[in-house]
Amino acid sequence: MSPLESLPIAARALRVNKLRSALTVLGIVVGVAAVVCMVSVGAGAQAEVSEKIRTLGANLLLVMPGARNSGGARLQSGTQPTLTEEDAAAIRRELVGAQVAAPLLSRSMPLVAANKNWLTLVAGINPDYLVAREWQVANGRSFTGDEIASGAKVAIVGSVIIEELFDGRTGVGETFRIGNVPFAVIGVLDKKGLGAAGRSQDDVVFIPLSTAKSRVLGAVRGTTREALDFISIKVWDTTAMSEVEREIEAMLRQRHRIRGDAPNDFRIENPADVLIARGAAVRILGVLLIAVAAVSLVVGGISIMNIMLVSVTERTREIGLRMAVGAGRRDIRWQFLIEALILALMGGLVGAVLGAAAAVAIAWRAGWPILISPWAIILACGFAGFIGISFGLYPAHRAARLDPIVALRFE
Amino acid sequence: MQPLVRTAGISKHYPSGGTIVRAVSNVSLTIEHGEFVAIRGRSGSGKSTLMHLLGLLDRPDSGEYALQGREVAKLSEDRRAAIRSHDIGFVFQLPALLPRATALENVELPLVYAGVPRSERRYRAKDALERVGLADRCHHWPNQLSGGEQQRVVIARATVNDPALILADEPTGSLDSGTSNEILTLFEGLHRDGHTIIVVTHATEVADRARRQITLHDGRIIEDVVASGKSSLQNATTLDSPL
Repeated sequence: MSPLESLPIAARALRVNKLRSALTVLGIVVGVAAVVCMVSVGAGAQAEVSEKIRTLGANLLLVMPGARNSGGARLQSGTQPTLTEEDAAAIRRELVGAQVAAPLLSRSMPLVAANKNWLTLVAGINPDYLVAREWQVANGRSFTGDEIASGAKVAIVGSVIIEELFDGRTGVGETFRIGNVPFAVIGVLDKKGLGAAGRSQDDVVFIPLSTAKSRVLGAVRGTTREALDFISIKVWDTTAMSEVEREIEAMLRQRHRIRGDAPNDFRIENPADVLIARGAAVRILGVLLIAVAAVSLVVGGISIMNIMLVSVTERTREIGLRMAVGAGRRDIRWQFLIEALILALMGGLVGAVLGAAAAVAIAWRAGWPILISPWAIILACGFAGFIGISFGLYPAHRAARLDPIVALRFE
Repeated sequence: MQPLVRTAGISKHYPSGGTIVRAVSNVSLTIEHGEFVAIRGRSGSGKSTLMHLLGLLDRPDSGEYALQGREVAKLSEDRRAAIRSHDIGFVFQLPALLPRATALENVELPLVYAGVPRSERRYRAKDALERVGLADRCHHWPNQLSGGEQQRVVIARATVNDPALILADEPTGSLDSGTSNEILTLFEGLHRDGHTIIVVTHATEVADRARRQITLHDGRIIEDVVASGKSSLQNATTLDSPL
């Protein structure tokens, strides 16, 4: 007899005990669901990290103002203006490893255009910043040297601004106000999507740094107009990142006249590293959950073995009858093995569907791309099948070993 | 031609509470093709064990057993299973059907294990059910059938692969006398069609239908008689089989 003949027999036996079959495969369902979900979530998180690093711009270092000792009290990071445009210019001028060093000064400001209002991030930059972030102007143009030098009231805006203020018109050539100062739109930026903080990077207005310092942001700040939020440095060569980082540190300590073992009044960050670390954390969590899933699969296998042993006992007379009409030991063994296999595979299938659904839900809530890995599904179901066969072997062997006469007399 | 069944001094012993029960002791028996034999005896006389030995469900401790001239006592379990599926049909006491299979599927079972293809299986099983008068009960479940109908399904199953030997163990054990009569009439029909039948029973009215009666006592044959021509003629006149 072909083992395939056992398929309908097994399917019917499982159908008769629907609830029991469902409860038996619960362990397998949970295990497979966890594997599929975690692998998919992990892949989504990984893709998200890669995407964010890509939109960040390659080989980027950030220098931010840091804590500074003032009269023995350690002040909070960023409270004292320590980074200046001159620092940025010096880095660019003197460090050969740095392609650009772009200063940035930003603040949340209300925008007004005709009858529309919008609160957004207004950042004073020079064109180097767009180079550092590998950001293209999709429509219109970037700032000219004249505009930077003279502090012109021109702006490059993100796509969100176009939608919110200009109803999706091209926007180039139109005017709006930042606070009370009128600006003309000269360019619209390429879309970047969500940034590392989960906020849209396209919800932004760029104006010349000089304009920002003199007319828009500097005046509101009240403090010295030279204070920068951070300097973005694009390094020529990925392998030189840490070297350039050390050079920047040495140079800024010198420029800020920090002596001996006094702490820095600035911080240097590699944002890609931060993102990679975050991705790694998700991955470690995933590995832990997959370990738990493996335990769940083994427990599921044991429960399959348990229920198959019960089934063999319950159906002793059936086994005897089958043997009497010509079933060989091999036929009986196949029948129960296939039953265990079907149980496990059904659990695997249900688990894969649940796991994929959970992964979609998690990715949707976290704003990650949805990546259901077909390999995770195939692998998890394959492993479930393997467990079904391994834990089905012993009950099937018990059934096949029955003495036909004893089995026939069994009530 | 070789006799269908020939045993030479077969014995089967069971240990039971410190002593050894000689369930079948030194039985030598020859049964020819086409015989209708009843094996009689009280409960514990060893008749069921003898049937299990003859049906290759059990292996004798000693002695020889040739079925259709072929020594079968020492074959492996799988070989004996193959012979059961091809050459032997069993009629057990009820309930002898798989409860989760339809009448048709129950009848198909020996063909499944004999490796007969599905379409041919269907056809032959339907044919066998028709011959026991249950053509219209093919798709009924066993619990939808009366006792007599169930036993007829069992007979259809026992004959579906046209076995050389039909073995019946108390085939009317749980049936009322009217239904028993129908079943026994069926057996007589099978006998007339040329089947070799061995019925194990303790009931005289069942044994009386057979041409030859073997009586067992304590695992030994104490009587082996062939019914007189008269009684066989009398049986013949009462035959009103629907077949």
